[in-house]
Amino acid sequence: MKKAIVSIAFGLTASLLATGASAQATLNSVKQKGYLTCGSNTGLAGFGVPDAQGTWTGLDVEYCRAISAAIFDDPTKVRFIPLAAKDRFTALQSGEVDVLVRNSTATMSRDTQLGLDFPAINYFDGQGFMVRKKLGVSSAKELNGASICTQQGTTTELNLADYFRANNMKYEVVAFATSDETFKAYDSGRCDAFTTDASGLYSERLRASAPDDHIVLPEIISKEPLGPATRHGDDQWTDIVRWTHNAMLNAEELGVAKANVDQMKTSDNPEIKRLLGSEGKYGEAIGLTNDWAYRIIKHVGNYGESFERNVGEGSKLKIKRGQNALWTKNGLQYGIPIR
Amino acid sequence: MSTAIDTSRFVQHNQIEALPPPNLARGPIAWVRENLFSSPLNGLLTIFVFYLLYVIVPPIIDFLFINAVWTGTDRDACRAETAGHRIGACWAFVIDKINYFTYGSYTISERWRVNIFFLMLAVGVTWLLWLRAPRRDLGALYFFWLFPTFSYVLLTGGNMDLGGGFWVGFVVVSALFIGAFAAMAYLLKVSVKSGAAIGAGIIAVIGITLALMDFDFGLDHVPTSLWGGVLVTLLVATVGIVFSLPFGILLALGRRSKLPIVQLASVIFIEFVRGVPLITVLIMANTMLPLFLPAEMTVDRLARPLIGVAFFASAYMAEVVRGGLQAMPKGQYEGAMSLGLNYPQMMVFIILPQALRIVIPGIVNTFIGLFKDTSLVSIVGIFDLIRTIEASRIDPNWAAPTISYTGYAFAAFFYFVFCFGMSRYSLGVERRLAAGQNR
Repeated sequence: MKKAIVSIAFGLTASLLATGASAQATLNSVKQKGYLTCGSNTGLAGFGVPDAQGTWTGLDVEYCRAISAAIFDDPTKVRFIPLAAKDRFTALQSGEVDVLVRNSTATMSRDTQLGLDFPAINYFDGQGFMVRKKLGVSSAKELNGASICTQQGTTTELNLADYFRANNMKYEVVAFATSDETFKAYDSGRCDAFTTDASGLYSERLRASAPDDHIVLPEIISKEPLGPATRHGDDQWTDIVRWTHNAMLNAEELGVAKANVDQMKTSDNPEIKRLLGSEGKYGEAIGLTNDWAYRIIKHVGNYGESFERNVGEGSKLKIKRGQNALWTKNGLQYGIPIR
Repeated sequence: MSTAIDTSRFVQHNQIEALPPPNLARGPIAWVRENLFSSPLNGLLTIFVFYLLYVIVPPIIDFLFINAVWTGTDRDACRAETAGHRIGACWAFVIDKINYFTYGSYTISERWRVNIFFLMLAVGVTWLLWLRAPRRDLGALYFFWLFPTFSYVLLTGGNMDLGGGFWVGFVVVSALFIGAFAAMAYLLKVSVKSGAAIGAGIIAVIGITLALMDFDFGLDHVPTSLWGGVLVTLLVATVGIVFSLPFGILLALGRRSKLPIVQLASVIFIEFVRGVPLITVLIMANTMLPLFLPAEMTVDRLARPLIGVAFFASAYMAEVVRGGLQAMPKGQYEGAMSLGLNYPQMMVFIILPQALRIVIPGIVNTFIGLFKDTSLVSIVGIFDLIRTIEASRIDPNWAAPTISYTGYAFAAFFYFVFCFGMSRYSLGVERRLAAGQNR
């Protein structure tokens, strides 16, 4: 019932706003304000966390900084509005934030009923398992009969049931109300395995009493494509958000990084020339200047750099690229060509 | 024959020194016997309580102090396998993050402004609460008018940019308002001059406040989305307290008023606000309100819960004050009227001072409740102290098993210091005010 009311409320506003918003309004208003408002997470390790001085850092945060760099040639012209899970879409629909980069899973119902667009997927997440090394398990398929700690009433619990039924395995679920309790229980030995989204597994493992005693199993049993969201009805703005991600992916693929972007400007490779704006007018096509991608890479870096710095080997989380590797390295991140 | 007896022979002249009571009736043993083991049941309870203390207290002290880590730059300092011993609270984490816990993301170069705000708050609170402070009437003026206005200018940067059109409109409305006051005074057959003066006074206060907010002091604008930590916690609590007392008194008087519309409006407001939980008000303000407003119109994200908390606290305060008003014997009202005092004079000089004194415990109780309730704003994504701790404890650089406990222990300590201070202060005031009745 509650859910129905909320979705009606969302639906109503979505339709109201869809008619109200005119094309190109967002970029103009962002330029006029002189800053970008970005709906961000209230705190998620590797994706959006405040440092000791209160400056936000993380993979999602850098996405916003990249958009700001593309528009203003300055990655600091972003105001982060930290949003709780339940008001994130309302804040976007009501125009309180220009773009939502808050590890939101792209789904069909959100795309259609809520009046949102998910222009890119900046992190392919999915549910995984963590076990103790001494259990001697190397695949989720070997978890038959295991007791598994999980959080109550989440999709995690449903995915778990589906996966074990599909593989004809038995398991015992030990559910807790909060993610903290769940992990505490696993850490103290209440269950054999702990399950949540893979990105969460890595950050929880850091908090374990002995992190090196645990491994994350390679299987991913659900699809959680996380990406930025924009409002329906302003295609130019959605394009800017989409191409920010693609520019960062293409830069990585072409070997253009923060450190060498100035040398690369003189490169003869036509793809690099188009990316960095020395050939063609691709930036103007989305309402920006032609060196838009150069600005992104100069200030923020390419996707690989951002990934390693925030969640990968350069961070404490040490998440493997896995599905988030480039398509050339058997991953899913595929930069749409700029031409 | 003399029957006189020479009493000096057998009557003691000096009083014999009293013997001390037996050891079992005095001293520590007696105290223990009387207070801890006066009956078998009490004896058992005492042993049980001591056992509980034994179980609880040493581990807490051990965790908070003995095994605590005080220095360090990242998680390695607070992990048993790198530090080489059992780890209690990781105070190094709190020390590292203390700036974030205090100011949130407030622009670093502008944090002196927050410090001045803290200082101004401390000055205002001391001035009002210290009973022997000089000119406490000026203190009230400072705390309820100048301090909020200056804080607004300091924290946001002021310069509201109202524009010339606004001020033209303001002058027109002011003139009408003063005229209306004078006209009312004429109709009520009191001095037109004093009516106009009161009207002009109200306008002057509003005008000066707006002018200060509008004036460009050259301070950089700091958006409220950057505010956080102790700053926001104290801000929400202060706004709640500053607004709730005057509005609560007005609402309580309104509810007891004989004017039907005033009474009905007060009753509806109080009962409506008291009938919904604070968290509903906050979610309504931060999640649903933007849906009802047109897209161009936005109310600041921090201002919304502030208004919600102020309304909420006012309704509770109104009921507390009403309790005091009802406890006043009718003779007090009649006595005041027989002296020829009009309604405001009766309330200000006779009824409210007595009524408020009766309800000091209730008022302070409401303040303490409000102070702790401010942590609820964290649920709607406002970065108060609790929220900043929540956001920091998941920082991978500080990922260690005891980080969360340390953060919450710090929050508990912060809230305890403030709430305990308030409750001790109210006890002192009560004792002082009740001195006349205990004679």
